Amino acid sequence: MSDITSLTLTQTLQALKDKKFSEQELNSSYLNRINTLNSKLNIFLEVKKNTSGIPAGIKDVISTKNIQTTAGSKILSNYIPPYNATAVERLLEQGVSIIGKTNCDEFAMGSSGENSAYGPTKNPWDETKVPGGTSSGSAVAVASDCCVFALGSDTGGSIRQPASLCGVVGLKPSYGRVSRYGLIAAVSSFDTVGPITKSVEDASLVLDWISGGDNYDSNAKVEKFTLQPQGLKAGVKGLKVGMPKEYFGEGLDNSVKKVIEEAIEKLKELGAEIVEVSLPHSQYALAAYYILNPSEISSNLARYDGIRFGQSRETIGAEVKRRIMLGTYSLSSGYWDDYFAKAAKVRTLVKMDFEKAFESVDAIVGPVSPTVAWNLGEKVDDPLKMYLADIYTISANLAGIPGLSVPCGFSEGLLRSVNHERSLPVGLQILGKHFDEETILKVGYAYEQITDWHNQKPDLRFKI
Amino acid sequence: MKNYEPVMGLEVHVELNTKTKMFCRCSADYFGKQPNTHTCPVCLGLPGALPYINKQAIENCIKIGLALGCTISPTSLFERKNYFYPDLPKGFQTSQYRWPLCITGNLKLEDGNLIRINRVHQEEDTGKLTHLGGETLIDYNRSGVPLVEIVTEPDFKDTSQIKDYAKKLQQLFRYLGVSNADMEKGDMRLEANISVRPVGQKELPSYRVELKNINSFRFMVAAGEYEIKRQITALEKGEKISQETRGWDEDKKSTYVQRSKEEAHDYRYFPEPDLPQLTIDNGQLTILKTTIPELPWEKSKRYVEELEIKKADAEILAEDKKLAEFFEETLEHGVDAKDIANYIINKKIDIENTHPGQIIEQLKKKKTGVIDSLEELEKIAKKVIEENPNFVEIYKKGKTTVIMALVGAVMKKTSGKADAQKVRSILEQLLTK
Amino acid sequence: MSLTKDQVKKVAKLANLPLTSKEEEKYAGQLSKILEYVEQLNKVDTSDVEPTFNVSGKSNVLAEDQVRTSITQEDALANAPKKSEGFFVTKGVFNE
Repeated sequence: MSDITSLTLTQTLQALKDKKFSEQELNSSYLNRINTLNSKLNIFLEVKKNTSGIPAGIKDVISTKNIQTTAGSKILSNYIPPYNATAVERLLEQGVSIIGKTNCDEFAMGSSGENSAYGPTKNPWDETKVPGGTSSGSAVAVASDCCVFALGSDTGGSIRQPASLCGVVGLKPSYGRVSRYGLIAAVSSFDTVGPITKSVEDASLVLDWISGGDNYDSNAKVEKFTLQPQGLKAGVKGLKVGMPKEYFGEGLDNSVKKVIEEAIEKLKELGAEIVEVSLPHSQYALAAYYILNPSEISSNLARYDGIRFGQSRETIGAEVKRRIMLGTYSLSSGYWDDYFAKAAKVRTLVKMDFEKAFESVDAIVGPVSPTVAWNLGEKVDDPLKMYLADIYTISANLAGIPGLSVPCGFSEGLLRSVNHERSLPVGLQILGKHFDEETILKVGYAYEQITDWHNQKPDLRFKI
Repeated sequence: MKNYEPVMGLEVHVELNTKTKMFCRCSADYFGKQPNTHTCPVCLGLPGALPYINKQAIENCIKIGLALGCTISPTSLFERKNYFYPDLPKGFQTSQYRWPLCITGNLKLEDGNLIRINRVHQEEDTGKLTHLGGETLIDYNRSGVPLVEIVTEPDFKDTSQIKDYAKKLQQLFRYLGVSNADMEKGDMRLEANISVRPVGQKELPSYRVELKNINSFRFMVAAGEYEIKRQITALEKGEKISQETRGWDEDKKSTYVQRSKEEAHDYRYFPEPDLPQLTIDNGQLTILKTTIPELPWEKSKRYVEELEIKKADAEILAEDKKLAEFFEETLEHGVDAKDIANYIINKKIDIENTHPGQIIEQLKKKKTGVIDSLEELEKIAKKVIEENPNFVEIYKKGKTTVIMALVGAVMKKTSGKADAQKVRSILEQLLTK
Repeated sequence: MSLTKDQVKKVAKLANLPLTSKEEEKYAGQLSKILEYVEQLNKVDTSDVEPTFNVSGKSNVLAEDQVRTSITQEDALANAPKKSEGFFVTKGVFNE
């Protein structure tokens, strides 16, 4: 039954309820697909042969009890956590089973999937392209129907960007919406755990499942997120949607710009009022990000000393080493005011930009990525060039606000006649106020329902 | 020939006696336990673990600060102190730096001098290292146990002041019930910063020598004395004094270099992102203030001034909170406080097994002169039995009422001051032997 | 802001990262470039701005002092590369 694996979570749950197939058939269908695709696409670092539960892929920076968790790094190649992350516990309580741990950039640092110590995951739409990062495996797993849904983490765009480059839905929740207990920390004040799914409704459901406080994460909001179907499907009539002028200027690829503008037109057709807004400190957000990010990273990675677990520190990869060095330098004696404190002040300004904009609009839309997926190897030698891939996503992490990426089309050009490959996916980013996932999911759902992008799947026949 | 004076400051670390650790709920009662049996992902520093603050520890830290006259910061933050050492599982200690819980307090010494306290802040303890051969064994049971750090300004002028201060702090911790403050067990740790400068110089010396890992007041005083002499000698010779960390060698009676401080640690402090800020308002402070008992030096002062007890006795009574409370319970009953003090101190009363009322009873009896010491009465009773063989015979023949005559004889011998009931039962015992 | 190989060496030591001479050189160049890029923050006027260290919006998140069961000694040591008689073992450090 090859149709089983193309079903969304919502459809799968209904089908199980209707006894269309059993959980065992569900799992074996997905396992078959993984068997045929994993070696080519390098999605999973570890696969579990379950016979029950709803199969989900868990990004390998999320702790799973008694299941290998590597963070995409050689230093944790033999690390087996003695506990589950809270988000994983919550999923298990809902009858989800872990079908595998998905590949990712090492310690969630990167923008392409190429920083994994276990080789990059391939983009299922075009294997010569990057899938995006750092939740590369999770995005590809969902895009290639190797699991019903997946969990990723987003520190500077790591859920939204691979979702956008792979044509699936990715939700970065508000900071504090989901407990970070068990998420291997990269940047503690930016990190979030969130769903990558086949539909917006699925994302809403998974967020419901994993959200809410616990006794471990001091920054987590106690109250759960819940959105009834009527709420999700309420539509966007009368909603004010902002377009930041800074996100449509230089740096944005024309083919992507075109697709995004068309998507926004659709929102207008649905009854939303499109308003121009300004986020004046956008140009400084990346610089602030690349001081705060390495600083916290340098401290969070100090525990990897090879005494209680893991290999020795020389097995850490280049990008991670680079960030540890950068962070150590910017925190070092005499520099705190110039770097960390300064960046933290600019962070306030970025946050205030959003607060001001949200006084006049309910949601903000724009591109997720300035380009579609680029060639493997193209940006690896230029760290700064790689960092620039994140310009539209990092501000949400600085401010702590939620962001959704929904598939909104494909770029033109690059139709390669050799393999009859399609052009590449583009994602629409929808940003909301802190703890207002409801509005962005509503907008995403309404858009999704009048388009067919979410039903497009990569042609993987040649791989099977 | 210059005259030099010491410039000294003290850092005290006290381990709190909370049930759980500072940032996780593992038991903090680690002493004598099997290694690594009181740990969890948090205090082991496993990937993905997060800290969660112990409320009781914060309250205890604030109480210490209040007792020392500190200002409690309306907002304070935890920060990461980053350095590598095997006993530090996260590779950083969650501590405080720029925004400590308590600042600017003071403690008055016996000699009337005031030691200014720079800060009282909260942090966590490290694991325990044991060195075996060329290897180091690590037990993380102690990792994460709450610590409070108290730092003074360099106000100490001689080592006896350091001892006085340390003893007072120890007393304070016990009074507040926040720690046993046992130097041998490591509940309380001292670190002194010693330097010297020419008398009359206002500026602080350009260096300081840190004295560490010294686990008694006595040794700290000895080490301090030694250091002062060593430094003065060096300066008089025109030598420069290295900034370093030294320990005390009790056998050699000298300090020795443990670690060179020329490359000072760069701890790269930054606010702990995993923990939201701590805020405290006046209402909460008022409530906490009410939980602070009268402090030992306040008590002994009050005993001297209000109860006219001599200073030495007042200090003994106030030293231990339980003893002071016992003493105070006896005060209501109309017996002179000085007499009670004397009695308690000289008779070395076991307060665990004595009720305050019993003391009062004793003293009242003494006043009225009742003799009820068993020893004394037995002595007299034996004598009466010796002197009255005919009454004894009558008693032994069955006429037990004759005992009253014997009781009467004892009463006559003690001019009526004997406790009649006790006399009777003693006689009965002796006669039935 | 240009980093010399020597500065990189110092930072690497502070960060407990063993680097080869080649790596030191490579990083000196790459880090300098990134530091140059972030210099633009100096253009932003932050004189009246408070820093943001935490976006949770929370304060005073405190737990009751109640013991929760620890993990077993076995679990604690399960991932240790070297252990002995319940202890983690590492190469000797010079005692203070």
